[in-house]
Amino acid sequence: MNQSDFLKAVLPFKDKVFRLAKRLLVSVEEAEDATQELYFKLWRNKEKLSDYRNVEAFAMTMTKNYCFDRLKSKQAGNLTLVHSNYKEKDTTLEKKIEYKDSVNQVHKLIENLPEQQKIIIQLRDIEQYDFDEICEMVNMKPTAVRVALSRARKTIREALIKQHNYGVS
Amino acid sequence: MELANIEKLLEKYLNAETTLQEEKILSDYFTTNEVPPHLEEYGMLFGYFKQNQSETYTKAIKLKPEKSKRKNFKLLSVAASLALLVSVYVGKNKYDEYQARKQFAEVKKALELVSLHLNKGNEALYAVSDNFNKGTDAIAKLDTYDKTVKTVIQKVNY
Repeated sequence: MNQSDFLKAVLPFKDKVFRLAKRLLVSVEEAEDATQELYFKLWRNKEKLSDYRNVEAFAMTMTKNYCFDRLKSKQAGNLTLVHSNYKEKDTTLEKKIEYKDSVNQVHKLIENLPEQQKIIIQLRDIEQYDFDEICEMVNMKPTAVRVALSRARKTIREALIKQHNYGVS
Repeated sequence: MELANIEKLLEKYLNAETTLQEEKILSDYFTTNEVPPHLEEYGMLFGYFKQNQSETYTKAIKLKPEKSKRKNFKLLSVAASLALLVSVYVGKNKYDEYQARKQFAEVKKALELVSLHLNKGNEALYAVSDNFNKGTDAIAKLDTYDKTVKTVIQKVNY
């Protein structure tokens, strides 16, 4: 596999890799680094790529694993502040402002989901992969994927309704 | 599409039973139409998904890690340590030289002082030898005096 073949095979999904990394690592810089790192890895293993039936799914799995590793090392490296420890009491104004920024609101809700659900909602609702591909990427059974996805969608919807009512009243 | 159908699809959507095509229908409905108030949360949700799909990775993809930077750092550190070594070596030499000069100057000063006092000592010795000569002169005189006295005594005895 030469360089141009390689690029033809892997570049089409660079945005998807980046978006998944950003979903998991939150910061844009980290996501960019992760994307770049993933392409180094793919290039180094370019001889093996043809063995994989679905290179894109393989790349997404690698991205997921790499991001998990990064998160683990970050957690080991420095303690993260737990927001619930210093919750402010008077958040009504903040809530109202947040409500206007609905995009930001959905983003936060997804951020609060468990990692597995976060990944699945990213892969399905944003990247629009079909269930077979998602099963391959996250190494889960179809029913488990559906359950996780359903749970994630319901959680987000309920939280949005709750915040909506709170904001109106 | 009718609202009733949309609501049916939403039910399936929440149970994760919709196909990609059906989800496309929902997405189109909520991002283009006026959203009914009781389904407002879906407007937010699908709006967010749609917006996120357009986010791209804008940086150029490199296939090989940049080694030049690291190499430069290595070379730089080697150069820096060499410079340090050389400067320490030269500095040590200069310092030794300076110390030697200082010592030499001190020794010279001390020697000058010694020679100065040595001259003084010499003068004293000269004075001693002068006086010593005077003493011998005086003794010589005494000697002659003694001789004359002896001759006078001899002559008186005869």
